[in-house]
Amino acid sequence: MAADTGETPADGFGRISRTKDVAFRLLALAATLVGIVSLAALLLNVAVDAVGWLDWQFLTNPPHPNPYEAGFLPALVGSIAIMLMIALVTFPLGVGAAVYLEEYADDGYLTRFIQLNIANLAGVPSVVYGLLGLGLFVGLFNIGYGTVLAAAFTIALLILPIVIISAQEAIRAVPDSQRQASYGMGATKWQTIRNVVLPRAMPGIMTGTILALGRAIGETAPLIMIAAPTTVFGLPNSFFSKVSAMPLQIYNWASYPQTEFQYGVVAAGVVTLLVVLLTINSIAIIIRNRYQQRT
Amino acid sequence: MTNEQMTSSETEPTDDQPAPTPGTDGLTDTADSGGETTTDRTLLEARDLNVYYGEEQALSDVDIEIPEKQVTAVIGPSGCGKSTFLRCINRMNDLVDSARVEGELRFDGKNVYDDDVDPVALRRKIGMVFQSPNPFPKSIRDNVAYGLKVQGKDDGDVDAKVRTALERAALLEEVEDQLDASGLDLSGGQQQRLCIARAIAPDPDVILMDEPASALDPVATSKIEDLIEDLAEEYTVVIVTHNMQQAARISDKTAVFLTGGELVEFDDTDKIFENPEHERVEDYITGKFG
Repeated sequence: MAADTGETPADGFGRISRTKDVAFRLLALAATLVGIVSLAALLLNVAVDAVGWLDWQFLTNPPHPNPYEAGFLPALVGSIAIMLMIALVTFPLGVGAAVYLEEYADDGYLTRFIQLNIANLAGVPSVVYGLLGLGLFVGLFNIGYGTVLAAAFTIALLILPIVIISAQEAIRAVPDSQRQASYGMGATKWQTIRNVVLPRAMPGIMTGTILALGRAIGETAPLIMIAAPTTVFGLPNSFFSKVSAMPLQIYNWASYPQTEFQYGVVAAGVVTLLVVLLTINSIAIIIRNRYQQRT
Repeated sequence: MTNEQMTSSETEPTDDQPAPTPGTDGLTDTADSGGETTTDRTLLEARDLNVYYGEEQALSDVDIEIPEKQVTAVIGPSGCGKSTFLRCINRMNDLVDSARVEGELRFDGKNVYDDDVDPVALRRKIGMVFQSPNPFPKSIRDNVAYGLKVQGKDDGDVDAKVRTALERAALLEEVEDQLDASGLDLSGGQQQRLCIARAIAPDPDVILMDEPASALDPVATSKIEDLIEDLAEEYTVVIVTHNMQQAARISDKTAVFLTGGELVEFDDTDKIFENPEHERVEDYITGKFG
């Protein structure tokens, strides 16, 4: 009995049982591996399927009913166009809201209420934002079903709370001694924000915004809600062009009966999407590392 | 602008050291503000100054007259309100939501808590140096030029103004070749002198220092102390310090705050350290408490 209760033996310095220690360690390791291994298996599977399909022709051709001629270019360009528009919309709005909440707003009930709701909005399902985009941008503002602008505005709403929250965190991380130094020199609030707070918070704001864009690029449900076409053959050439996006095109291909689509072409699309996503995230990490050395 | 008026009345090149030399170059008129020897002209004056943080009283009925172009040290145990007093002078306490100020604090005769005083304009005449060095993550040049920039004084030869400020802060020799290097690359003591240069570059009337040497090593501290004595030739310096020897070494006047935010004694530094009126002050100075 004494051995597995972990009690110290009578002589005081004998070996204490580590059974539970070891058991818990293995449990924690298993929990870690379940996630990592299944993700790795998925990626490997997709990558193997994509071999022979992901080539220059796939990246530069428009979609085609023949899987051997099907290409991804309109969806790829569409995604990037939507992404750029989202960045243009969310960056000023997100930074503006964050500056207001952190630097200007009094710490009253209203501010806390707004704050709480921004956090809640970050958790609202994307399909709900799709519905909002449909009603607001397509219906009320009449900017057209499935256009670049409608898609960008809708997804911008979706990631705006994330951008605001991360920008707020970056602004909050600016040491108060820096603000004091600026105010002590007779700077106004705006001068302090522009010259001291924003430059110092900018790497964090950029990182947060880019990571949020990474989330935006995978969104499918809002695009379906605003009736973006799953398959587009030409490239978007105006804000009001009908546009498709990578996840939407992949979703469409997956429903085709031919196994060449279901495995080869879909896999090539998934790998392309992941590469773009990882590139975006890497840029965020590079920005963070480059500026974080100075504190 | 009041800026001009106020500075012109105190550009008299008087030394606060004995035997005021009348032989100045005659560039400034000495007609106003008390004649030739203005050594003890009051520049800052508190009357029944009370400060509260929420319900808590941080300063209690403070009356003090701080003379121009001298070093006034403010000493006292932790939590006695000495930093609060300093931050009242340039209204940095405005930045604390819960702070409430009652009574008067006059700067050159004008109550800075009057409705028509803009705290931003006030701070342009009263520079401040903080406890730990807080240079901006900018170049040395941009750090020193910051006040000039935000105050709109960056026309003309900014570089010359930057060099003059660095010279006065006894830092120019050490950084002359690296004005474009980051201010953060300097040592702690250099950073603090950089902050002093930053504070004096726009040429304020008063420099407030909140324990400027407490984060520094002894060598850096002694450099800062020498510098403070020099600064008093041109500026009115008010310095909060924990270190009584420092106050004794560098100040002309000493104010002793004790617990409860009460100004217990204010007099010439020699008098305070050799023969204080109050027993509590003597106890504090001789280290019996605090």
